[in-house]
Amino acid sequence: MMEPIVQYKNVHKSFGDTHVLKGINLDINPGEKIAIIGPSGSGKTTIIRLLMTLEEPTDGDIYVAGKNLWKIEKNGKKMPANERHLASVRKDIGMVFQHFNLFPHKTILDNCAMPLIKVKKMKKSEAREMSKQMLDRVGLGDKYDAYPSNLSGGQKQRVAMARALVMRPKIMLFDEVTSALDPELVGEVLEVIRDLAENASMAMVLVTHEMDFALEIADRVLFLDEGIIAESGTADEVINKSDNPRLQNFLKRFRA
Amino acid sequence: MTYWSWETFFDAFPIIITGINVTLGLTVVSFLLALAAGFIWLLLESTPFKAFNFIIYWIREFIRSTPPIVQIFFLYFAWPMVPYIGMSFTPFVAAMLALGIHFSTYISEVYRSGIESVDKGQWEAATALNFSVKDKWFSIVLPQAIPPTIPMLGNYLIILFKEVPLAATIGVVGILSIARSYGAQTWSYLEPLTIVAILFLILSYPSALLVRALEKKMNRQFDKKNTKVKVTE
Repeated sequence: MMEPIVQYKNVHKSFGDTHVLKGINLDINPGEKIAIIGPSGSGKTTIIRLLMTLEEPTDGDIYVAGKNLWKIEKNGKKMPANERHLASVRKDIGMVFQHFNLFPHKTILDNCAMPLIKVKKMKKSEAREMSKQMLDRVGLGDKYDAYPSNLSGGQKQRVAMARALVMRPKIMLFDEVTSALDPELVGEVLEVIRDLAENASMAMVLVTHEMDFALEIADRVLFLDEGIIAESGTADEVINKSDNPRLQNFLKRFRA
Repeated sequence: MTYWSWETFFDAFPIIITGINVTLGLTVVSFLLALAAGFIWLLLESTPFKAFNFIIYWIREFIRSTPPIVQIFFLYFAWPMVPYIGMSFTPFVAAMLALGIHFSTYISEVYRSGIESVDKGQWEAATALNFSVKDKWFSIVLPQAIPPTIPMLGNYLIILFKEVPLAATIGVVGILSIARSYGAQTWSYLEPLTIVAILFLILSYPSALLVRALEKKMNRQFDKKNTKVKVTE
């Protein structure tokens, strides 16, 4: 049995009075491709934002490679993690956002190279070389010196993926990465994700509304409903064999 | 009745202009102080201690709501009488501190608006890429926050410049002081004070035009959601 790379243990998250996640238990194995589906407001995005340390869980623990993400032990007592601890765990995780979040004051080459230089302390020339290779891979080899504002949404999202990938994460999180795109630009982004899903060894977690795509590439599909994982299994198990009425209802809206 | 005399004008001009160093010097050092202190306000109001932040906020609010001339008088005349921490300042230093601190309370608001104009997603991307706190600020946030504030800062510089003659009231010998004493000695106030006004106009107006041009340029860049601002490292 493989040691899971990520474990959620009874994780809760509230925003004020809103109880968004109500006890999430989830193991993610190295290299596993997981798709999270579910109605909006069900907490899909929150699950991965907790792992990326963009939100702090209200209760429960998240382990990454055996280390407790949000807590450190000090003299036998559990304490909230400091920035140094978070940084040491976070280095294995990468994320792509719905709204790309590219750095507008940097060229796309610098968008990719700067984190390598600043965070991985890589030499400038080496960082730029690696970034160029990654941009070539996502099909933007001719745009090194362009600024994000000069790119289409699909191109921006591909840069964002290159920027995350070049850091060599063990887990990649995709937060509704095609939701902000014009329909005709969705394909080029999904193509890159498909390439990764087939060829890269990292674990991937996709929060998505691209139902057919998710089912096609995911090893495991989670149906999240009202803050709990209501269904979990292979695409076939979840889509065809579940008799959860809320899931059926949810799927019907996509089939319509 | 005294009439305009070009003779007096040309006599007064070279005398008055010797004060421009002090007037401009006081403007520049006060503004530099305001730029630095503005940043300090921001830091002091963003500590994890809510009560402390609140106290600092009210101190800043108090300074902002009192007239600069009161603050100049206070620092020059009253501060030396404050027990334990009181000390006397030269007129120039007192004016610099008063104007610098007064304007820092506005500048801190400018900084805040600049920082708040940076999209939350920029912070999140920087976190996701595991940037250190320092790199987040200096490589991601400030390079985007500062350019749009430059026109606002420029405006405050011009306003500060026009407040600098207040320092004449405690004896800082800038162009206004010199003009006044010239008037007192010769009984002609018309020409020397006109010279002062002209000097202010000559210096403020082009600066105002420059600021307006900058503002237009920034607006053009920042109207668009995704901006193309070239910031060199």
